[in-house]
Amino acid sequence: MIDFNSIRSRVIRAIFAGSFLIILFQLFNLQVLSSKYSRMAEDQAIYRKIVYPSRGLVYDRNRHVILDNTTLFDLVVIPSQLKGIDTGVILRILNIDTADFKERVITAIIKNGRYQPSVFQGLLDERSYARLNESLYKIQPGFDLIARPVRKYPFNAAGPLLGYLGEADSNFLKKHDGEGYRMGDYVGINGIEKVYEKALMGERGIQYWLRDNKNRPTQPLENGKFDSAAVSGKNLYTSIDMDLQQFGEKLMANKMGSIVAINPKTGSIIAMVSGPGYDPSRLTGSERRKYFNSLLRDPLKPLLNRSVGATYSPGSTFKTLNALIGLQEGVITTHTSFYCPGAYVGCGKRMGCLDPGTFAMQAAITHSCNGYFGNVMEKIINNNIYPNVDSSLNVWARYMKGFGLGHRLGIDIPGERPGLVPDANYYNKAWGKGKWSYCSFKSVSIGQGEVNSSPLQVANEMAYIANKGWYITPHVVDSIEGGDKWGLMDKYKERHSSVHVADSVFEAVHDGMQGVMDEGTGRGSQVPGIVVCGKTGTVENYAPGGIIKRPNHAFFAAFAPRENPQIAIMCVVENSGRFGGTYAAPIVSLMIEKYLKDSITDKARLAKAEWLEKQYLIPAFVYADFRRQDSIDHRKDTAYLLSKGYIRKLRDTLGIEDIDMEVDVKKEDRKASLPKAPPPPNNDSSAQQGEIILPNNSNERRRVAPADSTQ
Amino acid sequence: MARNEQIISKGINWTIIWLYLALVFIGLIAIFSVEFRPGDDLLKSITGLKTNYSKQLLYLVFCLVLGIFILITDSKFFTATANLFYVFGIILLLATFVLGKNVNGSRSWIPLGFMNLQPAETCKIFVALALAKYLSRLETDFRQWRSQLIAIALALTPAVFSILQNETGLALVYFAFFIVLYREGLPASYLVIGASVAVLVVASVLVNPNTLAIILTAIAVLSLLLLRRKIRRNKLILAIIVGSWLISVGIQRFAVPFLFETAMQPYQVERIMSMFGKDYVPQDSVKAAAFMKQKEKMGKVNKKGGKEENYNVKQSKIAIGSGGLLGKGFLKGAVTKGDFVPEQHTDFIFTALGESFGFWGTALVVIIYLVLLMVIVNMAERQRSVFSRVYAYSVAAIIFFHVVVNICMTIGLAPVIGIPLPLISYGGSSLLTFTVFIFILVRLDADRQVVLR
Repeated sequence: MIDFNSIRSRVIRAIFAGSFLIILFQLFNLQVLSSKYSRMAEDQAIYRKIVYPSRGLVYDRNRHVILDNTTLFDLVVIPSQLKGIDTGVILRILNIDTADFKERVITAIIKNGRYQPSVFQGLLDERSYARLNESLYKIQPGFDLIARPVRKYPFNAAGPLLGYLGEADSNFLKKHDGEGYRMGDYVGINGIEKVYEKALMGERGIQYWLRDNKNRPTQPLENGKFDSAAVSGKNLYTSIDMDLQQFGEKLMANKMGSIVAINPKTGSIIAMVSGPGYDPSRLTGSERRKYFNSLLRDPLKPLLNRSVGATYSPGSTFKTLNALIGLQEGVITTHTSFYCPGAYVGCGKRMGCLDPGTFAMQAAITHSCNGYFGNVMEKIINNNIYPNVDSSLNVWARYMKGFGLGHRLGIDIPGERPGLVPDANYYNKAWGKGKWSYCSFKSVSIGQGEVNSSPLQVANEMAYIANKGWYITPHVVDSIEGGDKWGLMDKYKERHSSVHVADSVFEAVHDGMQGVMDEGTGRGSQVPGIVVCGKTGTVENYAPGGIIKRPNHAFFAAFAPRENPQIAIMCVVENSGRFGGTYAAPIVSLMIEKYLKDSITDKARLAKAEWLEKQYLIPAFVYADFRRQDSIDHRKDTAYLLSKGYIRKLRDTLGIEDIDMEVDVKKEDRKASLPKAPPPPNNDSSAQQGEIILPNNSNERRRVAPADSTQ
Repeated sequence: MARNEQIISKGINWTIIWLYLALVFIGLIAIFSVEFRPGDDLLKSITGLKTNYSKQLLYLVFCLVLGIFILITDSKFFTATANLFYVFGIILLLATFVLGKNVNGSRSWIPLGFMNLQPAETCKIFVALALAKYLSRLETDFRQWRSQLIAIALALTPAVFSILQNETGLALVYFAFFIVLYREGLPASYLVIGASVAVLVVASVLVNPNTLAIILTAIAVLSLLLLRRKIRRNKLILAIIVGSWLISVGIQRFAVPFLFETAMQPYQVERIMSMFGKDYVPQDSVKAAAFMKQKEKMGKVNKKGGKEENYNVKQSKIAIGSGGLLGKGFLKGAVTKGDFVPEQHTDFIFTALGESFGFWGTALVVIIYLVLLMVIVNMAERQRSVFSRVYAYSVAAIIFFHVVVNICMTIGLAPVIGIPLPLISYGGSSLLTFTVFIFILVRLDADRQVVLR
């Protein structure tokens, strides 16, 4: 019996001990051997909250903040805590109906779940914010207001230059892999916001928070022992003159075109206007998306920074450069003169101009004589020290590229286009080797034809001439607070003077350009008390297809004062129809005066500025685009409504008419207000939809004989 | 006074008392760490009795007072009233059907005002006493199958009521009394057959039915071949082999599917299945739809429309596993603080210990329990009276079952059965039951020289 008892007792003890051993083994396995669970615990229970540093500010040359930070508020909703909340307050203040409210709550639940706050209405305007803040006690805890830093444009100007912020998308994240960006972060999309993103963004901080089973952060992990602080972004200092910038934007109101002003000594941009502009402040608030879409669809392309992203034939402003090359190459001297019978006749077809007569160089520039420059270029190309046209054209092209044309200058804002300086290679491709001669491209001599340049390049070319042979790559930002750790500004330190041109040559060109103001094509635009060297240009251009002539672009490029130049500037007014002297020259003249004298006091000049402001120079053909765009939208809408069965198609007519069944009575009125059906889209559509290529696309122009140009 | 104290403390096994106090203290710490958040006013929450740890502290005071009363009670009181208490317990269980309060889907609680009593929990004491009383009777010959049957009936009656009250977990605890019966001479073959059936049921869950049928047939054929000489002499062996083959296939083919699909609740089956790493959806489409709907209500359906894996066990393993060797430190457990583990202060209290104190903490608790069990078994074996021995084994068996099942469930070795961790889990009923259990044992042990019947 004792044996029996002791055996059973031992068995029971063995079962007890064995079970506990298994438990101990499994505990050791879970807690010591496996690291999986601590990782899972961290993933679910620890929340890494990213602390965004404030973005760097941007200053102008007078140390005014021109790009600032401010705080807007998001109204967020936590769907799980909506019970018993007075939603009427929200409906009233945001002016939405119950259905919309429900839809937004459902969207929030889908996005972030019931327990996480989701944005109900982002970036509230001041009025809604104030009213919501007042009644916050009625809508908490289901709703809350959360601060969000956004950009502020204190002067509401220089939009394309400064750029804007947007949410990082997957493309951006791919490009900036490993730099700590996350989907939806606000990053620079355009302008210096984009180029100086690294400096402006600062360093993010991380806060570790404990998180509960509903994903809500509850408290800092170990009182923030592991947290890292955010370091705010670096400030940028620029040479922008905000007064001048605003003045320029006023002058360019209701015009398509651009003004670029550069300090020739430093290459710093003083002002950069692209018309039509847009309101950068509206790209920060709650209406951002809507406004952005309307800008995208606008046929005037306000989002295109024309200063760098549009290229034009440079027109007569180009003549100065050909004069430089001719003088430097020794094919002419300042005293060489050509007889111009009212046109250049060297190649059979006339290339007309206004003032017939015999011109030497200075006078030829002053009066913008086409015949003279036709001859100069002919001498450059047919220079018999070079074996053939190929090599002489290439020499010419090398000069031009040295002057900063035909390639991207490398300014610190995105979207720059290279323009075009044709060389032998180009014509060999276009026409075949040996099948071309000077006569094939003689209009290049006066800045028409294949040659193409952006306003920035023209302004830079003025800086080059003003400096007598060098330029510094144009740039917006002069310095970064705390130093340039990223090498972003290295390329803005060196002088470019790849082709040597003698000082005396420049003096001759300066004389000619001064003459433009004193007695030539720009004489109406003198700046009292300042010696300005300028050059007008009137650029012929064609609708895509190269047949339909469009109103001329008015050009004017200048630098001032002649001795010790402070500003190199150019202005283009697209399709304004008149000569360069009519619109572009007075704009430049006023800008120069304002910059050099700080203000314009003369009453006649002020009246001129006011007159210019009021000029509405958007050409008629753009309205055709307007209507076409409208009717495309309209057709899309109609197709959608038809497919959904909201409306039905009545009868075949030219256009598609929509009949709203409920408002049948108004049918006739609506029909009357609809635009006429557009002509079938031809090659025009490429210009309308694609990126901006201005109508003087050289390939299309090729077939057209170089047209007569004036002045 | 001094003399009185001496009399009371005479023969008392202080080791058990110390182990008891240690476990209760660990329990208080654990409950505190689950509930306390930095910034809570400690004094206010304890005096206000609004928090679980303050309530548990109150229960403890009550239990200790009761414990002292038990220690000064004469041992004969327990033998004399054992049957009476058993009847009282059964009446309480029956009363529950009438007075029962619905807590977490089971009507097994009787509200007493200051606390809720769960008769199925306390009834364990009465079963232990009644069993001890019955087996210690001079008339009882435990070798007779009739006595064995009565003993089993005594032990399992409350279990039946428990199941009817939807407290399957508590019902299972009563099976722990088989350990006691085994010690008292229940033939080992019962346990072997029981274990075989358990293995067969598990195999039916895990193995494809056809494969299992083939395996069973193969085993039967093999044993026929091996035993063919003996079979020639004794036809009974043939009958046994064929009979057990038939029964096995019957269980595997019909009994288990019937049990899972018809007899048991889908959530119970799901728990058992999840223990074996299997996903469960009822085969009957009506039931399946209802089951999924219920899941959806509880938010346990993932985005693809499928069931989420057992959340409790996953979180429990994460909490314990993330503790590591040394633990994250008292009040520093992120999983605990984030309320990730459901029922953490009651059934899953072990996770709080695991996260805060790591392997050394959990191992310490496990070893304290093991030492307690060994002390009780040693104590049982030194009793003169059968009554005390049976009672002591009952205490050991119940504590063993609770501890092993509870811990195994938190570390993924057992299905989630809602039974508390003795003396550590929050809960007045549970603390009271185990206190009374242990203090009666200590009282009986103090009188081990006396033969009690």
